[in-house]
Amino acid sequence: MSDSLAITKLSDLANPTRFLALAARLLPWMAAITAILFAIGLYLSFSGEGDYQQGMTVRIMYIHVPAAWLSMMCYTVMALSAIGTLVWRHPLADVSHKAAAPLGAAFTLIALATGSLWGKPMWGTWWVWDARLTSVFVLFLMYLGLIALNRAMDDPSRAARVSAVLILVGFVNIPIIKFSVDWWNTLHQPASVVRLDGPTIDQSFLWPLLIMAIAFTMLFFTLHVAAMRNEIWRRRVTAQRRMAARMAGQTNAKEA
Amino acid sequence: MSHLFYISASYIVAGIVTLCLIAWVWLDGRARQRELAELEASGIRRRSARPAAPTETGGPA
Repeated sequence: MSDSLAITKLSDLANPTRFLALAARLLPWMAAITAILFAIGLYLSFSGEGDYQQGMTVRIMYIHVPAAWLSMMCYTVMALSAIGTLVWRHPLADVSHKAAAPLGAAFTLIALATGSLWGKPMWGTWWVWDARLTSVFVLFLMYLGLIALNRAMDDPSRAARVSAVLILVGFVNIPIIKFSVDWWNTLHQPASVVRLDGPTIDQSFLWPLLIMAIAFTMLFFTLHVAAMRNEIWRRRVTAQRRMAARMAGQTNAKEA
Repeated sequence: MSHLFYISASYIVAGIVTLCLIAWVWLDGRARQRELAELEASGIRRRSARPAAPTETGGPA
């Protein structure tokens, strides 16, 4: 395949009309797979036994850990989209990072709330300002800031460029979150699943956790595609209203 | 407070946030679709969605 042909194929995929057609076909399947995965994951989460130290509170892990992973993955998706906005001016890239910000904020909120509810019985406190908790809280504030910025600016392409720069600057927080438990002395435990020497948690906890993580990931992608579709429709409504206003202005000028 | 309180509170919080997120995305999509349908009904269409202007031979441009 020649380079020009490859670029043409990519441009075809970047076409919002093609994206809408693809989303209409994919969304029912993605929603069904998400629901099935959640049903299996929740069944496994509640049918397993408790941990010998943490007891039944280990069940909080099945929602806290996937939500925490998603909070970081969502920001990574936004950073990749931001590169698409700044480097390639990809038509869907700014739609992608704008649509992902509220989803990332919601998953980060779940991670913070469930972490706090897990921390109280295990650590004896709802919250400590240690490196992991503080860096995730900063991530939550960054999501809120990006949502506010996108809503504050009328011109979506200008808002997208400003947001893209901020997203890329803020991406420095993602490795800080990931490695904060290794770099600093924190109350939060170190990684026990994604490790170079393999997971350290028992298989009976690992499987429900992995299925819930895949379910949360599918939920994110389903909602992201749907939110991107909504954003494309929103931009079309704005463009068509402008067109209607222009046409009305021309008619009035002719009559005058 | 028992462990059951913390477990159920975690699942309730996660459930409420997730359901709110799903409802927001779904309702937002429905509202945008309704707006597009209203604009189309009033004759406002995207340039690419308009019927092609006829050529001199009567075929599409």
